[in-house]
Formats: sequence, C-alpha cells, structure tokens
Amino acid sequence: MAPILALENISKRFGAVIVADSVDLALNDGEALGIIGPNGAGKTTLFGIATGTVAPDAGRVVFSGEDITRLQPERRCRRGLARSFQIPQPFSGMTVFENVVVAAAFGANERENAVYHRCAELLERCGLADKANTRAGGLTLLDRKRLELARALATKPRVLLLDEVAGGLTEHECSALVALIKDVRASGISIIWIEHVVHALLAVIDRLLVLHGGKFIAAGDPHTVIRSQEVAEIYMGIDADA
Amino acid sequence: MQWFNVVLQGVLIGGLYAMFAAGLSLIFGVMRLVNIAHGDLIVLAAYISLIVTQAMGVDPLTSLLLVVPVMALIGYALQRGLLNRTLGEDLLPPLLVTFGLSIIIQNGLLELFTADSRRLQAGTIEILTFQVTQSVWVGALPLIQFGVAVAAVAGLQALFYKTALGRAFRATSDDQSVAQLMGLDTRHVFAMAMALSLAIVAIAGVFLAIRTNFDPAIGSARLIFGFEAVIIGGLGSMWGTLAGGIILGISQAIGAQIDPGWQLLAGHIVFLAILAVRPQGLFPKVSG
Repeated sequence: MAPILALENISKRFGAVIVADSVDLALNDGEALGIIGPNGAGKTTLFGIATGTVAPDAGRVVFSGEDITRLQPERRCRRGLARSFQIPQPFSGMTVFENVVVAAAFGANERENAVYHRCAELLERCGLADKANTRAGGLTLLDRKRLELARALATKPRVLLLDEVAGGLTEHECSALVALIKDVRASGISIIWIEHVVHALLAVIDRLLVLHGGKFIAAGDPHTVIRSQEVAEIYMGIDADA
Repeated sequence: MQWFNVVLQGVLIGGLYAMFAAGLSLIFGVMRLVNIAHGDLIVLAAYISLIVTQAMGVDPLTSLLLVVPVMALIGYALQRGLLNRTLGEDLLPPLLVTFGLSIIIQNGLLELFTADSRRLQAGTIEILTFQVTQSVWVGALPLIQFGVAVAAVAGLQALFYKTALGRAFRATSDDQSVAQLMGLDTRHVFAMAMALSLAIVAIAGVFLAIRTNFDPAIGSARLIFGFEAVIIGGLGSMWGTLAGGIILGISQAIGAQIDPGWQLLAGHIVFLAILAVRPQGLFPKVSG
C-alpha cells in the first residue's frame, strides 16, 4: 500500500548547517510514527517541509499519492495535513472558540455556522470547554497545548504532525494527553509525533525513527530502537566500543 | 451658541475623516501595509462617480451603488496582482510601490480629466437644512455623511468580530504563517481586506466630492487627514478611528473659527500634541 505521506530524498540546509540530508520518510495510512533525536537534529524542519512553510532544497513531498512539494500551506491543510507547534502559537487576540472555529471553517473548508457544533465537541474532548470564551493569549501552557491540538484537529486532518506536545507537562497532564492522542489515532488519523518524553511516545506509536545530523540513523519497533546502540550513543554519549 | 455650532460642524466633518481613516487602519491592521496611494484612490473614486453621474444621469449618492463595487473590484485586483507581491518582512517595498501608485493615479487622472476642479452635484439635498436651536442649523448632507460614517465603522466592527471573514482578518493579522497552516489563503484574505478598504474609500470619495471641489492633486492632503485620524484614535481600533476623525474635525473647525488660515494648522497641532503625549493614540486596541 502506498504511504499517505512521504518525504522522498529531502535535503535542506540553512547556511552551513545541514538539517536534512537526503531524508526518506514514509507514513502509512493509519500508522502512528514517532521521531526522536537530539536538539538541532532537524526534526521540526521536516514538519515545516511537509506542511509547506519551509521549502526543501531538493526532494519531493507526496501526500496521498500526489506530489505536493510546490503546494501552498493552506492547500495542504485543506487536503488533510495539520500540525501543532512545539511552542504553541494561538491567535492570541481571539477567543479559544474563535481559534478553533477559524481552523474548522477554513481548514476543513466548511461554512462557519456548520462548524460550531463540531468545535464545541472538540473543545469538550480536549478539555477546553470551560475556557471557550477566554482570550487565547491568556491561557496556561497546558491549555495552550490543548488548543494547539484542538485547532489542528478542527481542520479535519488525515495526517496529524505533533511537535513535542508532552514537553513541560506534569505526569498527570501527560497521561491525559496520551489518552487523547490514542483516541485521535483510533479515529483513523495517521500521526507523526516528535517527542522527547519517550514513555508518552511509546504508549502510542507503532514505529520509531531516530534523526541525527539530518539523517535517520535507526528505525523500527519502538522498544527495540530505544534500546539500540545508536540511541545510546546519541543520548548518553556512550561510545560504540565501550 | 456659536461655539456649539462650530463643534457640531467639526463633529460632522470628522465622520468624513473617519471614513478616510477606516480603510487605512483596516489595511495596516490586517497586513501591515501603509497605503500611500489611499488619498489618490479617494480622488479616483470621486472621478468614477463623476463619470457615472454624467453618463447615467443619476445623483452622486445613487452612483455609490456602482462606484462601491467598482472600487472594491479595483482593490481586490490591485492587491492580488500587485501589492501581495510586495509584502514580506521588509516594510519598505509596499511603501515604495504604493507611493509609485499614487503618482500614477494622480497623473493618469490629470491626463484624462485635466487639472480643472470639479464638483459632484447632489441636487436639493445639498441645501436642505434643519434648525436645531434658534441659531444652530445643520445640513442634511453632513448629517447623512456622519450617519454613514458611524454605520461604516459599526459595520466594520461587526464584520471583524461576528463574521467568518472578520475572523480570517484577525487570524491573519495575528500570525500569517499559522493562519496559512489553518487553511487560510492569506493572499485572498489580503485582497478581501483591500476590497473592503476601497469600498469605504468609494463612499468617502463621493461625500468629499459633493462637499468640496476636487482635482487630481488633492489626494495627498486626504491621506494626511486619514493618517492623523488613525494615529489620534489609536491603531487597530475602529471606534478609536471614528473618535480620531471627530477630534481632528473639531480641531480644524475651532482653528478656522479663530482664523480661517488656522484650519489645517489647528488639526496638525492637535495631532502632534497627541502624538507627543500619547503616542499609542487615545483608544489603542489591547495588544495580544
């Protein structure tokens, strides 16, 4: 089966820094994929390239069998590609509800009064129902992260790209979030999740990739990869010969 | 009583200034574009109305039914075809391009209509007046103009906070790149903002042209009035823009009462005073 989202032979450099070096990545329909890697490995840049905010120097982005490398970000969103940001970026002058309504109406290309009900449900599901009329700029970190997720889901994505949604949360908050992401996944949305909080990641994903220096250096079963020599070297600085 | 009359006339002309300013404020708010050609577009609208009134034999206020959509279309095309290409991190390119546009419109009008000053004739409504008190009379036209200005500002405010397009404006204004990721076609959103801005410009241009004589060169002074009203009121606040226009109108009216030569000077002095004391304007939008 053809993957729903594929990065093919993607390269990107910022000045002298290579953030993607002929990267290949394929996400199968219904799959949940995790990506780990040290800071600066190029993880977030891959999301930028996939969603169209960063132009790759070389390579192709294929969504559902179609080359979308040159497609504008808003077109990609309407086709079903959504992302969340590591540092939440809500429309801070608008209410929580308005934030979700904008994403639902424009991202899913529906009439505004047709999305209100869906948006209210989504806020309920993401634990933001009581904050619907709060200005998004005044939210706590947890609520901003929830809004980030709610807004991405409001666009009715087929593929959801999550960028460190668990970082900075308490254990309790984190497990609630993991339950929500499992639920999202069960609804048929394919996921790529960049995360430093490995136990949260392992609770959801089917496959784990390790990015280092703009290349995937390990891939496969999450529990196997996490115990692999490559991961140990990168994260613990343990030499292969030691 | 005489001063009451002066202030009242100032308030009423302030409505016109608010309409000059509303379009400027809208454009700057949504896409951080300073439209130097704004004043010349006001004059362009006046000339389009002149053509419509002469060709179809309708009065200027009726001509708005045609001038408003025409200006809105021009706005959409201008943004889509030209101004969108100038937008980016740097504020200078759009400034230069709209400055060039201003020169092109002015000289184009000069070529087509000569430098003769024109006037739109609105008929009997121009001389219709109401007696408010024994010594205070108010013209129907300034009243209509003020009413339209308030309605335009209220309409913009409602559009911003109650409609999908308004939310698209606010989201794009907040973070253009995130807005795109939420499925917003920002080029279309910007073009809609410019269309709306020029629709208001059309109304302002027609009222201006009924009030006073106009020729191709008067645009830049209207641009200044618009800017001053925006700054006095505070950026990003539509009701503030109305207040800014009214304050500018009252200042000019009082200045003119003291000495006819002081009309413009008084307006500029009040503007500079507010800029010095309260540079964020009187009613700035609460920042996110």
